[in-house]
Amino acid sequence: MSIIVNHLTYRYNEGTPMESVAVDDVSFKIEDGEFIGLIGHTGSGKSTLVQHLNGILKPTSGSVYYDGRDVFDGDFDLKVLRSNVGLVFQYPEHQLFETDVFSDVCFGPKNLGLSKKETELRAYKALKLVGIEDDFFYQSPFDLSGGQKRRVAIAGVLAMEPKVLVLDEPTAGLDPKGRDDLLLSLKQVKEETGCTIVLVSHSMEDVALYADRIIVMNHAKIVYDDTPVNVFRHYDKLKEMGLGVPEITSAMYKLRAAGFDVPTDIITVNDAVDAIMKIMRA
Amino acid sequence: MLRDITLGQYYPAESVIHRLDPRVKLFGTLVFLVSLFITDNFIGYALALCFLATAIIVSKVPLSFIMRGLKAIIFLLIFSVLINLFMTRGEVVVSFWKLSITKEGIYVASFMAIRILFLIMGSSIMTLTTTPNNLTDGLEKGLGFLKIFRVPVHEIAMMMSIALRFIPILMEETDKIMKAQMARGADFESKKLTKRVKSLVPLLIPLFVSAFRRANDLATAMEARCYRGGKGRTKMKPLKYKKRDALAYLIIFAYLAGMILVRRFF
Ligand SMILES: Nc1ncnc2c1ncn2[C@@H]1O[C@H](COP(=O)(O)OP(=O)(O)O)[C@@H](O)[C@H]1O
Ligand SMILES: [Mg+2]
Repeated sequence: MSIIVNHLTYRYNEGTPMESVAVDDVSFKIEDGEFIGLIGHTGSGKSTLVQHLNGILKPTSGSVYYDGRDVFDGDFDLKVLRSNVGLVFQYPEHQLFETDVFSDVCFGPKNLGLSKKETELRAYKALKLVGIEDDFFYQSPFDLSGGQKRRVAIAGVLAMEPKVLVLDEPTAGLDPKGRDDLLLSLKQVKEETGCTIVLVSHSMEDVALYADRIIVMNHAKIVYDDTPVNVFRHYDKLKEMGLGVPEITSAMYKLRAAGFDVPTDIITVNDAVDAIMKIMRA
Repeated sequence: MLRDITLGQYYPAESVIHRLDPRVKLFGTLVFLVSLFITDNFIGYALALCFLATAIIVSKVPLSFIMRGLKAIIFLLIFSVLINLFMTRGEVVVSFWKLSITKEGIYVASFMAIRILFLIMGSSIMTLTTTPNNLTDGLEKGLGFLKIFRVPVHEIAMMMSIALRFIPILMEETDKIMKAQMARGADFESKKLTKRVKSLVPLLIPLFVSAFRRANDLATAMEARCYRGGKGRTKMKPLKYKKRDALAYLIIFAYLAGMILVRRFF
């Protein structure tokens, strides 16, 4: 069920003076079960790129293959694609519309033509996955807090039980605790459903912990596509792009520059503590 | 689909028309629209075409861009042509079934078609070459004399500029919400009418919610900056007539005189 993006280019407002290239000749492959972090500065083309993954945008040139078949091949059923590749847009809470939380989450599976029972079962499971308690099920979605609204909106896509879940800046505008909780929920979703996750963000901190592969975009192009540790080796270049590396990795680089013999391929605070303790003892 | 609406959209370019004072353009458009109703023959339309064509060429807005705006009214156009073609009585040219086309019908239908086309193209030229801000500035100043009749000109202009400013924002928002609901399997292109109308609910509710949220935010922001209406308010870039504006007025009056003469003597 891999997704292959092949030499994809997308231009907005083609044929007008406002024409601009948002994605420029991008190629990569998403394998089953991966957790990918897609990183880039604001305006680097991340949102535009991910909207191709479920056929919402049609490339100006290039192609997208799902499961070996060209998605824009005319006889490919985009509805099937959209049920398999779930896309959570930026600020997804703006798409809530139903009178209560539960019905809103049912919207997706209902559109798939599932039975009422199956629809409700999926909605229930999805809401549980993102950590929304039963008490909220029959409240108006507009009465919830920002973080809760976002969870409900994510559940709305999860309830379609996609094989690939793409989230566009799901942590934007959340407080640090809301952010950490949400990222942890995503990790749990991945563990429980076994789906592939593509997490779009402009912050390395968000993706460093859970992603096992990071794709870095800059000015509409992919510049790095590697494991987190390998990507963070381009410390200076990332800084130039306005991205930087996680604080803790940055701290290790600074220690090293100050003459301490510490490894720099460190992402978590715990590893950093271990490494520092080791040289302290030595 | 939404992008086809060019009426009320600005097309950035470097041209004399873009730089004209908005009051001149407003007046010119008004004169052009009135002139279309003065005319009762095709010679007048030829003159109007010259005026329009010159304006389009000088404005440097590609014709294809202006034509795109016509897509929105294509049904109105076809409808009015058909009605006039078949409903006008007179000398029959061809007839089939219960319908007949008359000589007068052809005349009236083409007359109407040209009038509608010119109306839309004429007003598009103004909106395409004038930023919404400039347009409302022009309206506010141009209609300033109405203040003595207690017409709240400033408030009306402000409402207009906010409305114009919100059109692209709401279009973008519509686009986003539509995409988000499509990602959840919503179908906006269903053939069945009932289904289609129903499919608008997940689009319209979030759109209204967001419009109210934005209106609220804007009101707060305006109050935070001590906005209290037009009285005593100065402009950062006050409108001032230049030489080219005088010249443009001259051309507009000459055109109007020409149109009146054509009506009298042909
Ligand atoms: N609807 C749109 N119309 C025109 N240009 C757009 C639109 N959406 C995005 N862009 C432009 O495309 C580029 C990439 O935008 P986007 O994909 O949103 O980047 P990111 O998600 O990385 O912030 C930006 O330069 C942006 O201005
Ligand atoms: Mg984005």
